[in-house]
Amino acid sequence: MRRAIVYSLLVVFSIGCLVPIVWLVVSAFKANADFQAYAFVPPVDRLTMANFPSLFKQMPFLRFMVNSFFVAGATVIVQLFFSSLGGFALAKYEFAGKKAIMGVMLATMMIPGPVLLAPMYELIYHLRLIDSHLGLIVPGMVNVFGMFLFRQSMLSVPDEMLQAARMDGCNEFQIFWHVVMPVSRPIVGAFCLIAFMGTWNSFLWPQIILQSSDRFTLPIGLNQMVGVYEADYGAMMAGTLLAVLPVVMLFFLLQKEFIAGLTKGAVKG
Amino acid sequence: MQMRNARTAPYLFLAPFVISFLIFGAYPIVRSMILSLYITSGPEAQHFVGLDNYLYLLRDPDFWTAFSNTATFAAGSVALQLPLSLGLAILLNRPDVRGRDVFRFIFFSPNLMGLVFSALLFMLILAPRFGLLNASLHALFGLPLTTRWLSTPELVMPALIMVALWLYTGFNMVYFLAALQSVDGELYEAATIDGAGRWSQFWHVTLPGIKPVLIFVVVLSTIGSFQLFELAFLLLGNSSGPDQAGLTIVMYLYQNGFLGGDLGYAAAIGWTLAGMVLILSLIQLRITGTGKEDR
Repeated sequence: MRRAIVYSLLVVFSIGCLVPIVWLVVSAFKANADFQAYAFVPPVDRLTMANFPSLFKQMPFLRFMVNSFFVAGATVIVQLFFSSLGGFALAKYEFAGKKAIMGVMLATMMIPGPVLLAPMYELIYHLRLIDSHLGLIVPGMVNVFGMFLFRQSMLSVPDEMLQAARMDGCNEFQIFWHVVMPVSRPIVGAFCLIAFMGTWNSFLWPQIILQSSDRFTLPIGLNQMVGVYEADYGAMMAGTLLAVLPVVMLFFLLQKEFIAGLTKGAVKG
Repeated sequence: MQMRNARTAPYLFLAPFVISFLIFGAYPIVRSMILSLYITSGPEAQHFVGLDNYLYLLRDPDFWTAFSNTATFAAGSVALQLPLSLGLAILLNRPDVRGRDVFRFIFFSPNLMGLVFSALLFMLILAPRFGLLNASLHALFGLPLTTRWLSTPELVMPALIMVALWLYTGFNMVYFLAALQSVDGELYEAATIDGAGRWSQFWHVTLPGIKPVLIFVVVLSTIGSFQLFELAFLLLGNSSGPDQAGLTIVMYLYQNGFLGGDLGYAAAIGWTLAGMVLILSLIQLRITGTGKEDR
């Protein structure tokens, strides 16, 4: 009896979570005329693929997608390299100034992002990076949260392993690259997913500095389209569905690492 | 040679962080403080006004509208999300529940959509007549199909809170579930032997056990909610909705700084927001007594 109540609560909440997503998928295949007639699911034979060609015809959707992949891909690679390198230094070396650096990192995480919007805009303007993808990638080269994540995970790499590599004639960078990174694969996976999701969904900063539509990323491009083609609901949902697919696929690829990485910092303090 | 290498290595490894922090962290922070003392028109024209930006801000009714909307959203989101996500985590943590991973994935799945794309989806879900929400409320409870969630001032914030609830409850639940799983099972056995009931176990074993994570989630949710922008901007547009019902502090910043071109005022708004968030976090930490017993 008790178990029945528990399960029914869980199922009710599951339905609440899933119904909007199912509705998104159905709507992507729904003809515009059917939005009024069938609020939920139209008969199967009325479903259509027409929204997808109309999406690509109405706006440079493919361009947005390519831009998003470029910006997110470049950001993740750069952040992964610098954050893991920094995290390694903080985890495995004792040196003067280490406490100060970690203090500065913590302080940076405390400052809300909007404080920096105005001076960043000014800076990017003077660097002549307004309306460029570099203006999106360069300011976020190092991810402080990522450095903490890597430090936390690399603390558990045994010192003997590093010592043995030194004996074998590895220099410090080779130790990082050939010894520590390979054993840190789970945290690398978790970080890649977190960083990719962050950049893929980034809106405010691109909205501020991107101006020409051929440089728009998906969030900016799709939102602009809403204003122009307000009545084309089907194409809008098709675009939204295609826009979230990469994240979903990456998640399935990395999900084990992700859950572990997400909760690691929190639980161990 | 080996020794020297190991001594300089950490500095080299941290150099990218330090350099990037100096340019894109330290400099903008200092610059932002200076900028907040100027009226500007775009990045080129500036005029020193001292603290006038802050004084003007405190007297601008639009700012207080933005503040009260944002505070409503933050209070509503935290008050609904936290009990719900903790409750779900406790249900999932029961030893007799099967399919835990499946449920956890389902609860987490809205988060995969991301904030921006969820907003695009909910633009249609909240639409009158054919939107999923009205259609469901109509089918289940016979409510009217014509409720205009995003153009009725009183319904705007409840609608945004609801979207945030859908989006973040599962995310917070993942944290709570992980915390619950790390509570020592022997404590429960001891409590049972001492004759503690379920409620008293929750109060004396579970809550203290997950306290650090609970505080972490509360503080982060509050900080995040106070920076509400994307949901309101995407669902309501530049104009911030009917009667400015969707005007948030960050949207006020965006409108003044980037539509109006006054970067100095935008910086002042940013620091005011930072100050508010800091005070709120300190109050939350004080109430929960963090920093006294634990560390």
